[in-house]
Amino acid sequence: MSKSLAGAAVTQTVKVRRSTRSSYVGVAVFAIAIAALAIGPFAFLTKGNQQNLVTLFTYIILGTMWNLLAGYGGMVSIGQQAFIGIGAYGIVYAADNLGVGPIIAVPIAMVISGAIAYLVSFLAFRLSGGYFAIGTWVIAEVIKLVTTQITALGAGSGISLTAFAGAKPEIRIATVYWMALASVVVAVLVTYLLIRSRLGAGFTALRDDPTAAATLGVHVTRSKRVIWVAAAMGCGLAGALLAANTLRVQPDSVYSVQLTAAMIFIVVIGGIGTIEGPIVGAIVYFALEQYLSDLGAWYLVILGSVAIIMVLFLPQGLWGLLSGKGRIQLFPTGYRLISGPPIAEGSKES
Amino acid sequence: MTTTPLLSVRGLSKQFGRVITAEDLTFDVHQGEALGIVGPNGAGKSTLLNLIGGVIEPDSGSLMFDGQDITRLGAAERAKSGIGRSFQIPRPFTGMTVFENVYVGASFAGDTRGQAGYERSYQALETTGLLHLAEHRAGQLRLLDRKRLELARALATKPKLILLDEIAGGLTEREIPQLVETIRQLVASGVTVVWIEHIVHALVSAVDRLMCLAEGRILAIGDPSEVMKSPEVIEVYLGSTMATAEDI
Ligand SMILES: Nc1ncnc2c1ncn2[C@@H]1O[C@H](COP(=O)(O)OP(=O)(O)OP(=O)(O)O)[C@@H](O)[C@H]1O
Ligand SMILES: [Mg+2]
Repeated sequence: MSKSLAGAAVTQTVKVRRSTRSSYVGVAVFAIAIAALAIGPFAFLTKGNQQNLVTLFTYIILGTMWNLLAGYGGMVSIGQQAFIGIGAYGIVYAADNLGVGPIIAVPIAMVISGAIAYLVSFLAFRLSGGYFAIGTWVIAEVIKLVTTQITALGAGSGISLTAFAGAKPEIRIATVYWMALASVVVAVLVTYLLIRSRLGAGFTALRDDPTAAATLGVHVTRSKRVIWVAAAMGCGLAGALLAANTLRVQPDSVYSVQLTAAMIFIVVIGGIGTIEGPIVGAIVYFALEQYLSDLGAWYLVILGSVAIIMVLFLPQGLWGLLSGKGRIQLFPTGYRLISGPPIAEGSKES
Repeated sequence: MTTTPLLSVRGLSKQFGRVITAEDLTFDVHQGEALGIVGPNGAGKSTLLNLIGGVIEPDSGSLMFDGQDITRLGAAERAKSGIGRSFQIPRPFTGMTVFENVYVGASFAGDTRGQAGYERSYQALETTGLLHLAEHRAGQLRLLDRKRLELARALATKPKLILLDEIAGGLTEREIPQLVETIRQLVASGVTVVWIEHIVHALVSAVDRLMCLAEGRILAIGDPSEVMKSPEVIEVYLGSTMATAEDI
């Protein structure tokens, strides 16, 4: 501990890198994949394929949002179904009742989710830890109950999306597919840029230690609120896509806690705290559901066992394994100090 | 040394249940000085830093810092206004690298982003001897390096006032003079220092004034050697378990 504090002359060579070689490969691979998926409906994707992929894209969005909440904000919510439901009802309300058309209705649904999340945060943020988790679930149940009291939204029996009525099925399905593709790209990209921004470093800090983060100038509550509202908007987006894909919104399914369970599963399987993890987790979850859901109760047993095995033996998730414990980063968010002035004697000790 | 108070503490009190940890504390910290704090375990030293840093709220009393009433400000605002702080029990961001830990301080409270923030972070690591661990995860550091990281993060915020809570514990006899030198340079560069330390001889060699706390009250404050000679201080030290002859 001997170097002068005012060592200004040596600082010119301090270099920090934010991208990695694998991130360039990642950008290329994703660009090709997205381009291929975009032309899919003209070339190689059947209507059924497209509808399935909408489900997959929705899972990717949901996993990404839960990861944002828990993996970066340290908020373990089990009430995210509230915002999925609001998004699903939101798109129907905006598209059919307000008559803005299904595409404009998606951002409206997201804004409604975000606005309600903002209000809810003042209640939810009074709770912490396990109380927060349970509290969010209770809030979600209340929101569901309130929805079922509104006759304009079909009360307890649900409501159908009619804005697409009259469109040819292949046009409708392809439209929803492209909406979903655009949505997943935007949701993952915006999340990535948020995490990669200066604000994102503050999120990770407050996840690890809110008191220390505050002492270093991070506005803890304000940052958590940003994450909470962003994640709710993402969940609202996913809910809107689910509604557009199935054309039917029922309170018991869009407000189901199983949706949040799926989000948690996706993140646990894929790996928490990375952008890539939830994408991998969503693909695995989707595949398990496609191939195993016929097994009924056994499907749930398998799902549960996989989750337990992952938590015990692969806490970094599948992406942790695939990436060689973080050596490969397609979406790097960190700050790597790659060079500085020749290391001074002061720092060699110990 | 000028005598403008950078920090004015007035009638600060805090009680946890029935334990009084700060009782009507009133004192000034002058611009550019180094103030040492000693006192037996449980005297309320860390609590005082928590009160100044905004980690806990006082029951009563007020705080003026740099001409501004900060009594109602949260910890983040106080950090931005120039109060840096290290924790007695280190609180690293375990999932981030050492460099990233420090960059949080530089870019948030220090408000220097991008290249300037990287350079600030680099300097803080160099000053604290952590540069060779910059790319390690903070969760993997041993205790001594975690303590160094506490100091590095606080330095990176470019504080006007730095609050240090037992940063010398665990250092070898050879390393302590280096730490004292680092603190002296910090003071020479214009930073005001409040330093809690049980290793009294190290503290006395670095500070301008010394304050002794016991049971939430100021027993004595003033010239370090006189404070250590005062009968009340000798009594609490001899009456407490941590005192050794060479400490005093
Ligand atoms: N958050 C808290 N809740 C309840 N009691 C607390 C809290 N923080 C501190 N105390 C109590 O206040 C008293 C003073 O604690 P403090 O940590 O300020 O002492 P200290 O002088 O720093 O002691 P040490 O030398 O051991 O670090 C202790 O009795 C402690 O148990
Ligand atoms: Mg203490």
